[in-house]
Amino acid sequence: MIDNEQVEILLNDVLENHGYDFLEYSPASIKRRIIRLYGLDNFVSFAEFRYTVKTDKQYFKRFLEEITVNVTEMFRDPSFYKSLRNDVLPVLGTYPFIRIWVAGCSTGEEAYSLAIVLKELNLLHKSLIYATDINPSVLEKAKKGMFPLTYLKQYSENYLQSGGLKDFSAYYTANYSLAKFDESLNSKMIFSTHNLVSDHSFNEFQLILCRNVLIYFDKGLQHKVFNLFDSSIEKLGYLALGSKESLEFWPKAREYKRVKMEKIWRKL
Amino acid sequence: MAQTIGSTSCEALIIGGSAGSLDVLLEIFPALRSDIRFPIVIVVHRKPSNESLLTDLLKSRTTLAVGEADEKAFLIPGKVFIVPADYHMLIEEDRSISLDYSEKVNYSRPSIDVTFQSAAEVFKDKLVCILLSGSNSDGVEGLKCVNRLGGRAVIQNPNTAIMPYMPQQAVINVKPHVILDSHDMAQYINKLND
Repeated sequence: MIDNEQVEILLNDVLENHGYDFLEYSPASIKRRIIRLYGLDNFVSFAEFRYTVKTDKQYFKRFLEEITVNVTEMFRDPSFYKSLRNDVLPVLGTYPFIRIWVAGCSTGEEAYSLAIVLKELNLLHKSLIYATDINPSVLEKAKKGMFPLTYLKQYSENYLQSGGLKDFSAYYTANYSLAKFDESLNSKMIFSTHNLVSDHSFNEFQLILCRNVLIYFDKGLQHKVFNLFDSSIEKLGYLALGSKESLEFWPKAREYKRVKMEKIWRKL
Repeated sequence: MAQTIGSTSCEALIIGGSAGSLDVLLEIFPALRSDIRFPIVIVVHRKPSNESLLTDLLKSRTTLAVGEADEKAFLIPGKVFIVPADYHMLIEEDRSISLDYSEKVNYSRPSIDVTFQSAAEVFKDKLVCILLSGSNSDGVEGLKCVNRLGGRAVIQNPNTAIMPYMPQQAVINVKPHVILDSHDMAQYINKLND
């Protein structure tokens, strides 16, 4: 199959030829993604795979989309969204304007979930959600706000458990196999590519959501990204992470206070 | 580099199970010796709700330290790590834990195959993997990989499994293997310490 050394060769090629740096991703995870793609696309040798990744721009698009994990959900971890609804967003509602960054938004499910909560709290009109991802093709999907109808039953259950107030189906229209979400939701979203590894802070936010992205990074890169977030969060702003992610080992963690039991921290 | 050829010492034990495996775990745990010198990882299919239930149940039945497998934590000897529901668990070369929220494998997350395969690459012939009761075939590919890299594949006797399909598939497809009745498992694990 593909060994650790070959993974390193491939990732160095990717950095040199395409400018994407995966060298500080968790080695076991990135290796598994690479082996998975190699198998999916029926390559017969590492040399062929390497040459294609290196030289074929069209294929590299696919490589980028498959090597990163784009599995996401609306209202994933309902108790987390309940806490956003009850503890975090009402505080931000006292500001004249709310800027939120969803970092690593993938196909946008979290951004749309957030927009729905903001709408129900009557805050969406004065909010702006910056949704970014390393991957241009997932952002194209996110902009459309269309999600497979088969998942909507689960999303609707999540929404209700998270304290949702309405009939979830009021937010979308079913169109063949897809649910198209209301345009009032993405009218308050700005989609842009942003690479957490190499790009800088681009604004100041009151809330940064970055869930199940950092688990794919090694500790050193995690800390760099926490520093990037730290320079992008206003005083008394919030940082929200995935259910298994933590600020715990980051030196500046003491400048943040955990909000209840959820993976949400407030900058002091 | 010094290498012990033919060494059978165990540096990690991974136990995978699905439907019907909880009973076996509850039978094994009280009989485990308290000075186990390798980490034990438990990969069990279950619903994401009631997250701490499995951890609490096992904790109440052993003197070994039991906790959820935390992102980036190191596998330390004598501790039991429970893979969290809805995440795959991989093991890095430095024996730290990587969690992964990628696509389900065999309709499962966590997938037993994913952890078996990842552990096999790191621990090679110092690995023992046990596959318990279940009703799909997750774990079978993983056990093959464990064998290929010199580790030991242990399978619950399908006749003693509440859901025999998973161990049956393993018995058919994974060679060689050790078959154990559920009530012999604790003793087998204790002996891995010698």
